[in-house]
Amino acid sequence: MRLSDRARTLPESGIRKFFELAEARDDVISLGVGEPDFSAPWAARTAAIDSLERGKTSYTANRGMAALRERIAAHHERYDQSYEPESEVLVTTGASEAVDLAFRALVDPGDTVAVHEPTYISYGPGIELAGGEQLTVPTRAADDFALTRESLEAAGAADADLLVLCYPNNPTGATMTDEQLAEVAAFCRDNDLRVVADEIYAALTYGTDHASIATQPGMRERTVVVNGFSKAYAMTGLRLGYALGPAEAIDAMNRIHQYTMLSAPTTPQYAAIEALDRCDDEVTEMVEEYNRRRRLVVSRFNEMGLDTFEPGGAFYAFPECGGDDEAFAEELLDAQGVAVVPGSVFGEGGEGHLRVSYATSMRELKEATDRIAAFVESR
Amino acid sequence: MDAEREVLDVLARNAREDIDDIAAQTGLDAAAVADAIDALEADNVVHGYQAVVDWDRVEEGKIRAVVEINVELDRETGYEQVADRIAKFPAVDALHLVSGDYDFAVEVLGETMQDVSEFISEQVAPMPEVTQTVTHYIMETYKDGGIRFEDGDDDDRLSVSP
Repeated sequence: MRLSDRARTLPESGIRKFFELAEARDDVISLGVGEPDFSAPWAARTAAIDSLERGKTSYTANRGMAALRERIAAHHERYDQSYEPESEVLVTTGASEAVDLAFRALVDPGDTVAVHEPTYISYGPGIELAGGEQLTVPTRAADDFALTRESLEAAGAADADLLVLCYPNNPTGATMTDEQLAEVAAFCRDNDLRVVADEIYAALTYGTDHASIATQPGMRERTVVVNGFSKAYAMTGLRLGYALGPAEAIDAMNRIHQYTMLSAPTTPQYAAIEALDRCDDEVTEMVEEYNRRRRLVVSRFNEMGLDTFEPGGAFYAFPECGGDDEAFAEELLDAQGVAVVPGSVFGEGGEGHLRVSYATSMRELKEATDRIAAFVESR
Repeated sequence: MDAEREVLDVLARNAREDIDDIAAQTGLDAAAVADAIDALEADNVVHGYQAVVDWDRVEEGKIRAVVEINVELDRETGYEQVADRIAKFPAVDALHLVSGDYDFAVEVLGETMQDVSEFISEQVAPMPEVTQTVTHYIMETYKDGGIRFEDGDDDDRLSVSP
């Protein structure tokens, strides 16, 4: 069958290769997993079960259940964000759909979209599918992987149409402070850049509260914020996300959404209402556990001579392995049965690093870091 | 959260963590962790370190029972005095004063059901303050000490994912 040029030329994810290598063995400790090792809070799961028992299996409103949108808007007040549930909130099938809708609603063919790297692997292909062209803005370990006015200018982002931000970041675990965001916001205002801010890890920060660029002066009206239930509430498989933004952007995204997904699945929406109403304590417990693991992993990497900056959010450490990160990851898997993801998979600036997920049990983290230390020693 | 609380959180999950690992997890230095543990023990916050055992998996494992005990107090005898006597028996694993239909909830461990029965009928029931005992033998334990007794590894996540 003849395929579209778009489908034919879309590159395969660099993660896929490591997935296949790891799957080929049955003795692997995987630190390559980009999702929580917890299950969704039991209260949220019972709400989903209850909704099914009551036969709540119909479509919901295109934008998502009104009750859920109200709770999402109320929930975001904790980040000093204020959105109108009726017109400025859209519930989507995972945060990934929200990112895709934002690109398709905001990008015209030929538009340039600036993306800081290393970052989540789906933005580039998403931009391409929307007809845009990606402009890479490398971030560096020396700047704690934060975006700066200098790096934006150096990459030529002043001529871009849109900027994608992902903080807290996958794969680096980097966060940005209000002061750092103020600098980026000023750049966006000066150069009339709109922003898609993927804040899916907002609830998973350590020591500092999450800061959103949408709260910077003059940025709310030029920013679409993406978030969801996958990471904070360990609901990855339930596929529920959402977007917050100016009414005209949300309206445009909803018009695409209504012809593609129609509405987000109903059962997870009931689970999400319960999660927002009653599961804050579980989120706090998960964050405390991630924080203990984060400290252990970062300290062990530094001890074994792999320099690792202090990640402020998400559940990834991003140690420097020096040299060829792909070769390091392959040899580590081969020699010690530990799967990590090479940093270069996540784009420029990731080379010479490894993405290490600490969303796995403390027992496995200790065993895996012992094996990595032995591997480093043997090289 | 102060240092002692952070150390306590780690110990409550795994009392066998070594000091260096507790230090790494809490961001404290090893000396501060050792001081915190000493203080927690000295203040009777931490009373001991035990394994959470699934006795059903041990051949000729232990029999466990929850015993409800009702007592009648007089001017000279309070709950403290009664609790003090009951707690001294080695078979008593845990002892709580509770609200509701009875006064004490006692967890008793024995080698056999007969052991437990004899202990209740010969040691506890004859106490002058005790007016009634009701013994519930534990048939199966699914969770203890905050730990689910499962076979464990059911992580079905993809080994590498975005």
